[in-house]
Amino acid sequence: MKELDRVRWRCRRGMLELDIVLQEFVDKHYMRLSETELQQFDTLLNFPDNDLWDMITAKKEIEDIKLRSVLQLLRAD
Amino acid sequence: MPYGLLKLYGSNGSSMAIIKRKFDVVIVGAGGAGMRAALQLSEAGFKVAVLSKVFPTRSHTVAAQGGIAASLGNVTEDSWHWHMYDTVKGSDYLGDQDAIEFMCRQASEVVYELEHFGMPFDRLENGKIYQRPFGGQSQNFGGAQATRSCAAADRTGHALLHTLYQRNVRANTQFFVEWMGLDLIRDEQGDVLGVTALEMETGEVMALQARAVLLATGGGGRIFQASTNAFINTGDGLGMAARSGIPLEDMEFWQFHPTGVYGAGVLISEAVRGEGGYLLNKDGERFMERYAPNAKDLASRDVVSRALTMEIKEGRGCGKNADHLLLKLNHLDADVIKMRLPGIREIAIKFAQVDPINEPIPVVPTAHYMMGGIPTNFYGQVVAPYKTGPEEVVQGLYAVGECACISVHGANRLGTNSLLDILVFGRAAGRQIIEDLKKNSHHKKLHTDSMDMSLARLVRLDSQKDGESVAQVGEALRKTMQEHCGVFRFADMLKEGVTKISEIAEQTNHTEIRDKSKVFNTARVEALELTNLAEVALATIVSAEARNESRGAHARDDFSIRDDNKWLKHTLYFREGRRLDYKPVRLKPLTVESFPPKARTY
Repeated sequence: MKELDRVRWRCRRGMLELDIVLQEFVDKHYMRLSETELQQFDTLLNFPDNDLWDMITAKKEIEDIKLRSVLQLLRAD
Repeated sequence: MPYGLLKLYGSNGSSMAIIKRKFDVVIVGAGGAGMRAALQLSEAGFKVAVLSKVFPTRSHTVAAQGGIAASLGNVTEDSWHWHMYDTVKGSDYLGDQDAIEFMCRQASEVVYELEHFGMPFDRLENGKIYQRPFGGQSQNFGGAQATRSCAAADRTGHALLHTLYQRNVRANTQFFVEWMGLDLIRDEQGDVLGVTALEMETGEVMALQARAVLLATGGGGRIFQASTNAFINTGDGLGMAARSGIPLEDMEFWQFHPTGVYGAGVLISEAVRGEGGYLLNKDGERFMERYAPNAKDLASRDVVSRALTMEIKEGRGCGKNADHLLLKLNHLDADVIKMRLPGIREIAIKFAQVDPINEPIPVVPTAHYMMGGIPTNFYGQVVAPYKTGPEEVVQGLYAVGECACISVHGANRLGTNSLLDILVFGRAAGRQIIEDLKKNSHHKKLHTDSMDMSLARLVRLDSQKDGESVAQVGEALRKTMQEHCGVFRFADMLKEGVTKISEIAEQTNHTEIRDKSKVFNTARVEALELTNLAEVALATIVSAEARNESRGAHARDDFSIRDDNKWLKHTLYFREGRRLDYKPVRLKPLTVESFPPKARTY
């Protein structure tokens, strides 16, 4: 329960674009993520705003294959 | 005693310890302004605490793309005096000319300083900092376009935050991440002795005692339904100031960006219209031709925003609620859109579910920047009318950045002047605090009741029964501000709006949260943020209703022109009794001749 609160707060960003996309993602997918995907999401949240946004909008290639499945969900929304 | 159990509070048998910690300086907010000041102070050897609701490099400064204005003259000839003229004119003559001179003169220095800190500016072939033109910048006092903006690609804000954060870590600034400032601690003389703050992880409330408190909490753009601001921009510093009796200055002045994505608020940059995109109403008419026959869709932000609002008001808006307009790009070549506007296309697809290659983007004027704020002089000292004069320095309190009103932006801010503002005045405040602390070498004693206001607010929230929903009250506040105090302002709507916002503000004191736990309780944080938003909204609408003229971003339907005889003055809003007062604009610069008010045409 508190883990969800923490994650929700860490989706608060400097860019409104990310606020909206990440909040929707958490509402829609978070409860259904696997343990591995939860870790992926956590890794993604630690990226700087611009880099994360570039990854979500596919401007940047996903270098780390391990992040792919969550990023694909983020991109699809 | 560095840690002390000062007080217990709680309901339902729970209790919470109040802990006290001592610093030389406490800074609330870790955006560009707070971190620039922190760097100055930490490098001078002071013990500095910086509180931030989110990790510092995720502050809203990250969203600034345009660059930093400075008359380096690397591309075309330039002078700080021309920059000063542009800023005074842009402010619609409400900006204080001494502060504007101060800022423009120091611009080159703070940019070079940043270069030495390792900021990755774009470069010219000769190795100098690259500069690009931006709206509102001129040569020779209103002549040809100037080239004044220093940028790091389209991520200047990001580069700035990372540069300052790294320097601060090296200088041993102590960051308190995921901490929220609650209230100022003032003694009976009005001196500021520290702040109370909530550590989100533990839910502990702490008194952070300091010889100087600097508010750098950014804007409060989330008071509007359509806002380009990130969710964190809830005007916390303004709430803290207002609750402790400090007035808020010029709160009626909000810059609206004409093209935010309908529903989401995300900004569609001017670059779209620069590339040939244009606006349409529901009849497919290119209406900007009527409002600005020459500049058309490229007219200044306030002009375009007002035109959109008029179209909606007169029933020519699009969609089933006739409440937005369309930004058309699909006459442009698909390759042009893909090549030159890839970011915009992504935003349209993601937030408006339209591909601009095929369909126009629904847009609406969207709140973007708060010109008003906590009144300060150009040393960052908070000034308030008490004791003997109208502008007395409040001992121990400073403010910089969007939460402050110095006032360099007056009634309307120019692009690229906000990053300059945070650098110049972040540094100036740091320097001034170093001077002031030479005189104030000891912490004043905290009274046991110092935390009572914060505690009462928390106890009330935890014990509220049958209260209001935070989400619903927040929604009502944003909707009401948008309808009653948006781009175009009407006397009857403002009057009704003041009543409605007063009722909503009252509701924010009766909110109820279901989760009463201590550890990482975001519901509690959001309820507290809402009380700050209510202070910002009230100050805004009360000030707007009173200002019977149109100036810069404040446009009144019933008083359509600027009235320098009656209104060339700053508004001061006092929370107690919602009283308004006014103070003169500082028309006299530091060393040069004053720029007298004249018609603002572009």
